[in-house]
Amino acid sequence: MDLHAAKVIGAGLAAIGTGVAAIGVGYVFGSFLQGALRNPEAAGKQTGTMFIGFAAAELLGLIAFAVAMIILYAQ
Amino acid sequence: MAAEHSIDPMHQFSISPVGGGALTGHFAQFTNSALWMLIVTGCVVLFMWGGMQRKLIPGRWQVAAESLLEFINSLTVGNIGPEGRKFTPWVFTLFSFILIANLMGLMPFGIVPAFHPFTITSQFSLTGVLAIISFSTVLVVGFWRHGFHFFSLFIPHGTPLPMIPLIFIIELISFMVRPFSLALRLFVAMIAGHILMDVFANFIVNGIQTGSMMGGGISLLCLIFIIFMSALELLVCAIQAYIFALLTSLYLKDAIHLHKLDH
Repeated sequence: MDLHAAKVIGAGLAAIGTGVAAIGVGYVFGSFLQGALRNPEAAGKQTGTMFIGFAAAELLGLIAFAVAMIILYAQ
Repeated sequence: MAAEHSIDPMHQFSISPVGGGALTGHFAQFTNSALWMLIVTGCVVLFMWGGMQRKLIPGRWQVAAESLLEFINSLTVGNIGPEGRKFTPWVFTLFSFILIANLMGLMPFGIVPAFHPFTITSQFSLTGVLAIISFSTVLVVGFWRHGFHFFSLFIPHGTPLPMIPLIFIIELISFMVRPFSLALRLFVAMIAGHILMDVFANFIVNGIQTGSMMGGGISLLCLIFIIFMSALELLVCAIQAYIFALLTSLYLKDAIHLHKLDH
């Protein structure tokens, strides 16, 4: 296996992380919606908290993407 | 059959001097990044200047500017408390600059030849500087208000004595990582969206160039996909600007209240 093929395979493996982060982001929004439908009055105050959870989950997916890009394009 | 169009999604992020020439060998140069920073700043200034009318019965423009400011003001006051009003100008500056910069990168100026938009927030240097300014504001405010008592931020109240060294190190690392995560999130989110749209736009061109029925079908599918992607990217632009402002106000809350107050 030459270096280029190994790089492309490695980038593809790193991209799995973005899919896993998608599960996390979906879980954050889904759980918020579940809670918000049960107690709609409290929902408005908690949107900020939801976005913090969203930011934390999303960051890990973005880091996986950054790793894939570094593997592909870094010299 | 036409020659295969090669895909180079990273080319859109390259910085080059306005009017051509080499980037190296000069002390300072006016690049496309600087040009778009000026355009974004001009848009923000124009929007706020047009909105600051102080009329008793506000017009549409004034309502737009005031509601945007009120949105950020409720964010800072809600997170920090009544004294959060002092930090509204800085958080509002961050929010409006990042929002307009993100949106400017998506504008279809490419229909004018040789004038394609440059997303300034897709450069780590710019988002890094914004994050460092936010982080140093937190440090200055914390040390100004609490002196060396500020270090109690790293030891939550009621930590058992044997746990203190471990907790201190963990909290210190999580504190020092903040500017990196703040800058990395915005920069990578912008880069990822633009690469995705660039790759699919190239698929459209390649599909048409094959000249076959199947290539045309794939082009049409990619066109439909890219339209929905653009809508999602508009959402991501707003969310990333909001998250940057939200996290800045949360870090300021930490520096002011030192774990003491929970809203």
